[in-house]
Amino acid sequence: MAGLTPSGQGNGSGYRRIVAPLLLPTWLMIGIFLVLPVLLMAIYSFLTKEFRGGVIWDFTLASYDQFFLNRGLFGDEPPVIEWTYITIFWRSIWQAAVATLICLAIGFPTAWFIATRPPRSRAIWLFLITIPYWVNLLIRTVSLKFLIRDNGPLNEPLMALGLITDPLPLVNTNLAVQLGLFYSYLPFMVLPIYAAVERYNFALSEAAADLYASRWVTLWEIVLPVVKPGIIAGCILVFVPSLGAFLAPDLLGGAKTFMIGSLIDEQFRGSQGNWPFGAAAAMILMTLVLIVLMFYARAQAREGAR
Amino acid sequence: MKKLLSTATAFALLAGAAHAEGKLSVYHWFEYIPQELVDKFTAETGIEVTIDTYDSNESMLAALKAGKLGQYDVAVPGDYMVEIMAKEGLLDSFAPADLPNFGNIAPEWVDVPFDPGRKSSIPYQWGSTAFSVNRDVYQGDINTLAMIFDPPAELQGKINVLDSQGEVLALGSIYLGIPQCSTDKEQLKALNDMLINAKQHWASFGSDTAKDVLVSGDAAAGMIYNGFSAKARAEGANVEYAYPKEGFVVWMDNVVLLKDAPNRDNALKFMNFLLDPENVAAVTNYAAYTSGVAGVEPFLDEAIKSSPENNPPADAPKGSFIQVCDQETQTLYDAIWTNLKK
Repeated sequence: MAGLTPSGQGNGSGYRRIVAPLLLPTWLMIGIFLVLPVLLMAIYSFLTKEFRGGVIWDFTLASYDQFFLNRGLFGDEPPVIEWTYITIFWRSIWQAAVATLICLAIGFPTAWFIATRPPRSRAIWLFLITIPYWVNLLIRTVSLKFLIRDNGPLNEPLMALGLITDPLPLVNTNLAVQLGLFYSYLPFMVLPIYAAVERYNFALSEAAADLYASRWVTLWEIVLPVVKPGIIAGCILVFVPSLGAFLAPDLLGGAKTFMIGSLIDEQFRGSQGNWPFGAAAAMILMTLVLIVLMFYARAQAREGAR
Repeated sequence: MKKLLSTATAFALLAGAAHAEGKLSVYHWFEYIPQELVDKFTAETGIEVTIDTYDSNESMLAALKAGKLGQYDVAVPGDYMVEIMAKEGLLDSFAPADLPNFGNIAPEWVDVPFDPGRKSSIPYQWGSTAFSVNRDVYQGDINTLAMIFDPPAELQGKINVLDSQGEVLALGSIYLGIPQCSTDKEQLKALNDMLINAKQHWASFGSDTAKDVLVSGDAAAGMIYNGFSAKARAEGANVEYAYPKEGFVVWMDNVVLLKDAPNRDNALKFMNFLLDPENVAAVTNYAAYTSGVAGVEPFLDEAIKSSPENNPPADAPKGSFIQVCDQETQTLYDAIWTNLKK
């Protein structure tokens, strides 16, 4: 569309007559798959919970009240700040952040490696990166659990060799969750960084070296600013789904503590479910994510203006 | 009921021979009824059976409430869900005379609290929920709920707990000897504190993984359903299923006649078919639970008949059904559960 715009400026009305119907699918997509569901969720978060699932069409702030205020187990104490859900959110954010960092630490060198291969073998490397992701996420997560369990193929040989006496406590830990998230979302980090590095003009590195920049300075001052959009895109693509993930926390972390994803999941699943509260938690999560993305967009805009 | 294997195997659209005798639409737990039995019903009656499956009582309830009522003739809810469905007006009733085999129902399962006199349901399979302990890890007496809620040193940090609010809170209440739907503040606080304290010894929460963690050795003890534990033992885990002295949870799945059933007569034929000892024994042999029909013994496999999981010791107490609390009380239990998992 962007390519059409300049020529279209000449005769505005004719251009609009052609483009408006062409844009219709886009607007329908955005309307049906984005605006409508979010609107529904927003409305549901203000409704009254029906016993055993469902909602009653009475508008109330009860769900948000439940999220932020603690009135004691019996609801008869003076309200204080409710830390339960804030803790759950904080834990999820922390897990997602660690997973993103691991992804970045491994994904950046991987992407760099692939982008610096000869063009013909790059396709093969990318292919290799994506192959595991043809397998269902659930199966990959369960397989990871098999690998790291106390008498699994990781611990048994180490113990047989006498390197460790007790199995490494991996399964049902936070580390296992982070590992699972990292494994689930690694390509989302590698691919955008690869796209950025591939466009990087290596003559710049040579120029920097000619001007006596150390390798470290070259990386920091020349390479990183250029590939930064790829890194940021990768981080967002890993962080956002990690935040809402519940497969890895449930299967690898032992489901002992709620994460945002499992908390919301629980609200819609059981007879104990609470749809408005689940919707409210999802709205709060989305607001958080949007704030982060807005800061990113503003930073991008400032970058562009410079 | 509780055969929550990790993959939801679809039994969808298992049409038998296409006779003109009509149809029957069944809403059923997955991996529960053997296909041979469905085929036998079709062969005997000419009725074409369609089965859709679900993996939890709650999802079945949600689907029916969301507009699937009127599509199915029969469903297979657990005990407490029969009561909930009756209260929600989802069930139709029948007269005992509608089912020639009604008299086959084992006497103790006719007048059940969730459907007194069996007006809309017939018994299907029943079992219990307690826990199993790996005998290689712990050799002492296991018939107490303290194994889960105040575990000995050998089991600490190696316990899996069902990821199911109803069962965990019910077993916790039984352990403390308090009613399941208490509104007494002291009792609820005691339950809350006991669970929080016990949680430090738990390794994981998981229902569909309950068998797997025992077989793999990830857990040395775990809350589990008796038939599921029998399967763990069959798969090589040296586990023993406990009948704790404080009590345990019993559950029963029931075939119910749904309201607005499109093929009501065929539904009654199917229910009558499932009250025939030979037929329901086939389900028991497949699912490894216990049937609620008298006279099934001659048709049972020896391994099922003699399994320790299905034969509580003589001194075992009676189990209790999970009770349905009213909305206000349920809110308190929901809060305890969230507090436990926060």
